[in-house]
Amino acid sequence: MDKIAEVIEATTGEFTAQSYQLHWAPPLGSLVKTCTPMAAPVGEAHEPPLHEPPLHVPVPANEQARTPGAAIYGVVCYSATGSLEPGRRPVARGRDLEEEEEVYRQNPQLARLLCTSFKALIVGYHDGSRVWHYLPPRPPRVHAFVYACRQEEVAAFTRSLDFLTLLLGASLSIPTDELVAACLRTSATARQDGRSFLVGAGKELALLLAGEPARLNAILRKIRP
Amino acid sequence: MNGEQPLDLDEVFGSPDGTRKKRLGIITSGSLKAGMEAKLDASTPVEEMKVGRYVVIEGQKLRFFGLITDIGLGALDQRIPANPPDVTDPFVAEVISGTSTYGTLHVVPMLTLEKSASGTVSGPQPVKTVPPHFAAIHHAQEEDVARVFGREDGSHYYVGTPLDMETRVCLNLPRFVERSNGVFGKSGTGKTFLTRLLLLGILQKGGAVNLVFDMHNEYGWQGTSEEGKPPVKGLKQLFTSKVAVFTLDDASSRRRGVTTDHVVQIGYDRLEPEDIQALQEPLGLSDRGIDAVHTLAHRLGDRKWLEQFLKLESEEREDLAKQLDIHLETMRALRTSLDRLRRLDFVVPKAQEDSVDCVVQYLLRGKHVVLEFGKYDNLLAYLLVANVLTRRIHDQWVKKVEAATSDAEKPPKLVITIEEAHKFLNPKVAGLTAFGAIAREMRKYNVTLLVVDQRPSGIDEEVMSQVGTRITCLLDNDKDIESVLMGVSGKGELKSVLAKLETRQQALIFGHAVPMPVVIQTREYGSADSYKEFGYLEPEEAKAQARQDVRDLYGE
Repeated sequence: MDKIAEVIEATTGEFTAQSYQLHWAPPLGSLVKTCTPMAAPVGEAHEPPLHEPPLHVPVPANEQARTPGAAIYGVVCYSATGSLEPGRRPVARGRDLEEEEEVYRQNPQLARLLCTSFKALIVGYHDGSRVWHYLPPRPPRVHAFVYACRQEEVAAFTRSLDFLTLLLGASLSIPTDELVAACLRTSATARQDGRSFLVGAGKELALLLAGEPARLNAILRKIRP
Repeated sequence: MNGEQPLDLDEVFGSPDGTRKKRLGIITSGSLKAGMEAKLDASTPVEEMKVGRYVVIEGQKLRFFGLITDIGLGALDQRIPANPPDVTDPFVAEVISGTSTYGTLHVVPMLTLEKSASGTVSGPQPVKTVPPHFAAIHHAQEEDVARVFGREDGSHYYVGTPLDMETRVCLNLPRFVERSNGVFGKSGTGKTFLTRLLLLGILQKGGAVNLVFDMHNEYGWQGTSEEGKPPVKGLKQLFTSKVAVFTLDDASSRRRGVTTDHVVQIGYDRLEPEDIQALQEPLGLSDRGIDAVHTLAHRLGDRKWLEQFLKLESEEREDLAKQLDIHLETMRALRTSLDRLRRLDFVVPKAQEDSVDCVVQYLLRGKHVVLEFGKYDNLLAYLLVANVLTRRIHDQWVKKVEAATSDAEKPPKLVITIEEAHKFLNPKVAGLTAFGAIAREMRKYNVTLLVVDQRPSGIDEEVMSQVGTRITCLLDNDKDIESVLMGVSGKGELKSVLAKLETRQQALIFGHAVPMPVVIQTREYGSADSYKEFGYLEPEEAKAQARQDVRDLYGE
C-alpha cells in the first residue's frame, strides 16, 4: 500500500493532508487512514508527556502509538489545490499557449509552488485490537502518513454504518448530504453486493433522518444504483 | 509505519451481520388486557404475516406463546403519508419499507413457557404478565407447537396443522370428551368433515362410545365429499367390528348398499307429552294444544294417550273435549298435528322390539352406534327420534351411574352427536328435551354432547356456556360469532381471526381440550393414505395380514 499524503494539520474531528502529487487527491467520500494513530510526544518513551494523561486512559498514548495496526480512519470531505505560500496567488499564464499542459512544461517551478491538499473527516479508529466507529481520543500527529484504504478494507469498515451520524452531523464547506451520498456510493463500489449495501445504508439514513423526509429523499436520489 | 501489514478484516471490523437468528420484529407497547403491539423489522415483509399464525415472544425469563390477531401499517413521521416518497423507484421503495414506513402486528400472548436454567422448558402456563419492551418476536417453531399441544400418542389425536406449518396440532381426546363440545360454521365450511374426524378420534383414542344421530347419512357407511371426488369412508367401513349402523329407513340403507344392524321403530307408547312439546314447532302446535296434550296424558295415561287419542272418532273426541274442558278447535288442530306423526313409517302403534333398549345394549358393550335417517331427513323425524332415544338413554345412564359403587361399574362415557343442534337447544325447548339436561349436568353421568350447528346464536346461552371445546369454521353472522365466543377471554381478537378463516378446511379450536386457541388446516381425510393412518387395511391387505397372523401363531 502506497502512502499518498501526509498530515499537515489535525484536529479532533478532522485532519488536513498534503497530497504527494499535485492535482491528485483521493475522491470525495473515499476512505483514507493514517497509520500513526494518535498525537503523542515524539521521541523516546521515557520523555515526560507535556500533560499528564487522564487516569482512565488504559494505555499511555505513546504506547498506543507503537501498537501494530493502530490507525485513524477518515472520509475525504474536501480537497483544494493552491499556492503553497498564502501570500502568493497563482496568475494566469496560458494566454498564448495551445494546451494546458504547456503551461506546466514552460513553468516547471509551478510544481513546487502549488500543492494539492485534502481534508478528511475522522470517522473511526483502530486501537490495535479492533476498529471503533467513533472519534479517537486524540487526533493524528502532523506528518503522519496517509494511505488510501484498499477496497476490502473499505468494505469491512462500512459493514457498520455507525459512522453515518458523524458524517450527517459535520459542518462542512460543502453540503453534508453530498458527502454522505459520495461516501455511500464509493463504499458500494468496494463490494460485490453494492445494491444491498445501499439499501441497508438507505434504511439506516431513514431512521437517522426520521424527522426530515425531504432531506432523506434527496440523499436517496443521489445514491440509488 | 505498518500500512502494509495485512489485517484480519473479520477480527478487526467484527464479523458480518447475519448470524443473528431471524426475527420478525420487536414488541413496542401493549398490555395484558389489550394484547401487544409489535413493530415488524424491515426485513420482514408485511404481506407474509397472517392473522391466526403463532409467534413466540422471547422475554427475559419467559417465552410467550401468542397468536397474531391483527396486522397494520405505521409511519415514523406523520408527514410521510401526506407526502409519500417516490416509491415507483424500487430502490427507494425498498429503503422506505420497514424504516420510515413499517408493518405492525397485534399479538395476543396466550401461554408462557418458562425458561429453566438447563435450557429445557416446563409445561405451558396461562399468561399472567407481558413481555418487556423490545422483546424479539419469532415465528413459532415446530417444537414450540408440539410442546404446547402435545405430541400424537394414545390420547392426543391429530386434527390438523397450524397455518403455514407442518406440525401436527393434537386434541387431548380424553379431556375433550369430559365435557360437551360444539362444531360450528356456516353451511359448506366443512363441519361434517370435521365431525367425522372427531368421531373417528373419539372411537380410537377418546375412551368413549359414540351415538350419532346422522340426519343426512354422512357418518355411518360413507359420506359425500367435495364435488368430483369419490365418497369418503364412514365409521363402519373403517372400523366394521366396532360400529353398528341403525336405520329408520331400511329401504334407503339397502339402496345405498349399507349393511345395517338394526331397524328402529318407535311405538306410540314411547311418546310422552314432553316429547310432543319439544316438537311444538315442526308439528305446528299452539300453546293451548300443548296444554291439551298434558291434560290428555293425565287422563288417558302416559303410555296409552296417543294411541287412544288417535283412535277416537270425531264424536268421541268432542265428548272428551267437553269432559276435559278443552276447546273443540284446539282438539281438532291437535288431532291434525298428531296425524302427521302417523305418516312417519317408523312410528308404529306397537314396536316389535324396543329399539331404545337395543341401542343402549350396544352402547353399554362399547359399540359405537350411528343412526341413519334415510329418507326421513326432515326436522320432525329427527327431533322426534333424537329426543325419544336420548331421553331414555339419559334415564338409563343416570340410573346406572347412581347404582354404581365403583368406577368400573359405571357405564362407558357416551358422546351423543346431534346436528341442527339449535332445534333441540334453543331457549324455548332446551328445558324440555333431554339434550338441555345433558348439556347442563350430564358430565357427572358420563354423557356429553357433540353439537353440530350452523346457527349457534339459536342455542340457549346457558347450554352454550357449558360447551367445553368449540371448534368453529367460518361464521359470518355477527350474532353467531358473538355466541360462539361468549365467555371467552380475548374475544375481540378471536373475532377477527374467526371472520378471516377460509371457507373450507380451516377451523378455529378453543376451549377445554386445547391449551390455547388454534387455527388449523384440517387434517386430510378421504385418500387411501389417510385411511391407512387410522389403521385401515384394504380387504386384500387385511386378508394377507390375517394369513400372516395365522402363520405367526401356529408356525409354518
